[in-house]
Amino acid sequence: MTHGNTTLSPADAGYGLANYARCFNGIVWRELLRYWHQRERFVSALVRPLVWLFIFAAGFRSVLGVSIIPPYETYVLYEVYITPGLMAMIALFSGMQSSLSMVYDREMGNMRLLLVSPFPRWFLLTAKLAAGTAVSLAQVYAFLAVAYFWEIEPPSPWGYLTVLPALVLAGVMFGALGMLLSSLIKQLENFAGIMNFVIFPLFFASSALYPLWRIKESSPWLAYVCELNPFTHAVELIRFAFHQRINFTALLIVVVAAAGFLLAAIAAYDPSRGMLSRREGA
Amino acid sequence: MSFLVPEPEAHGSGFAHQRPALEVTCVSYSYGKRKALDNVSFTVAPGSFTVLLGLNGAGKSTLYCLITRLYAPQHGRIEIFGFDVNRVPGEGLRRLGVVFQPRTLDLDLTVLQNLSYHAALHGISAREAKLRAREILKKVGLTLRQHDKTRSLSGGQMRRVEIARALLHRPQLLLLDEPTTGLDIKARADILNHVRRLAAEEGIGLLWATHLIDEAAPHDGAVILHEGRVLAVGKAHGIAAEAGAKDIRAAFETLTAATNGPQQ
Repeated sequence: MTHGNTTLSPADAGYGLANYARCFNGIVWRELLRYWHQRERFVSALVRPLVWLFIFAAGFRSVLGVSIIPPYETYVLYEVYITPGLMAMIALFSGMQSSLSMVYDREMGNMRLLLVSPFPRWFLLTAKLAAGTAVSLAQVYAFLAVAYFWEIEPPSPWGYLTVLPALVLAGVMFGALGMLLSSLIKQLENFAGIMNFVIFPLFFASSALYPLWRIKESSPWLAYVCELNPFTHAVELIRFAFHQRINFTALLIVVVAAAGFLLAAIAAYDPSRGMLSRREGA
Repeated sequence: MSFLVPEPEAHGSGFAHQRPALEVTCVSYSYGKRKALDNVSFTVAPGSFTVLLGLNGAGKSTLYCLITRLYAPQHGRIEIFGFDVNRVPGEGLRRLGVVFQPRTLDLDLTVLQNLSYHAALHGISAREAKLRAREILKKVGLTLRQHDKTRSLSGGQMRRVEIARALLHRPQLLLLDEPTTGLDIKARADILNHVRRLAAEEGIGLLWATHLIDEAAPHDGAVILHEGRVLAVGKAHGIAAEAGAKDIRAAFETLTAATNGPQQ
């Protein structure tokens, strides 16, 4: 019955923008649906930063004094100082979670289904990244909603809006990093290594918990490492944006890092480079 | 906005439907030093049912990964209706349906949701997807299960959903990789019959990879793949006759016993 269709008609050739949009929506829809099925993930993603905020920050409040550094115009409480770091932490964990889901998808064969779609692979991966970023944004705003009742809020309510682009960039950067890592991990079990070798170093060697000048006092070389850490710049970008200001250095570094990670991830999923086949063996 | 597509090169004839559904030419692939495929060539005609016979580790799955462009061939060329899958992957992939050996259903989603997701991956609108899904589920006898999570289906039903899904974008070439693995005799027969009908009635070119030799009927096309090399291509009965064997099973045993495969 469909035999005759094998001849190409002009209308049959190529895809239009509408087809791309449907594919994009389909990928985002499926990710959100799956996220909805794993609601406990949302809770745990919320509990983690709240533990830091309620327990860690409360404890360190009296130990650590934070002097007036931009973007702050007065002395701030330690809780206020670490909030942007915690927002970035949520984005980081979320990005790593989606990379976990890609490894899982590959083991379960779902990834094959995605990759045999006729749309270009960069498009499929970018759509997946967009879905992951949307999830990460939802988590950050849920965290901010709880933090509001802890009296942590931007100087003006506009801060909630101005921080959005910064959160999107951070979400894309960590999502792309996770995607890149997912192409390098052979199996799900290796994911524990990501915690030790990626999440913890990125988080602790950054300006999330303490200002860089403080680190410099105790260890100049560690401060240097922190300066090189893209996580530091994501934190600073978010910190400034939350105060309706732009940190251009951070912006530049985050954009470049996000683009770099994404291009590397697309290259890693390119069949002609054979990364996947090398990972998967026979 | 539309994306221009290069016309496939004509091979003798200008009619697309006279091109092979699948043409594999001199394809080789190695994992490091181990050669998984060595100079493999064969074709699948539109509307034909071709069985790719090979033991586990013969290279069937690697070949499928190459046809679906999960990997790129290191040597040789693969064309789907004249479209080189590496030069114009989109054109090849949109004409191709695949049922992979590992299960690829999303177990937390319902049957219908799984189908809708696949439709979206092929740029099909939600409305159209629903219409097609209903029609196809009726054919595979799963209409009543459309709102159930795929987790609750039996192995045979899952396979039927996967076949339904692979047909949703109306491909003209369908690849199945060991689709009957782990199924009971009845489910195996059901799926085999259903797929044979697809070739006969809908003119879809079918490539059925299996290590179960009895799944090849005498008049099916057959490709015998052993240790990465093609030992025989043709109609199953023809291969048997040429090898001086009484049937394809005997031919398979004779041919594979006589070969010293490439070094593992």
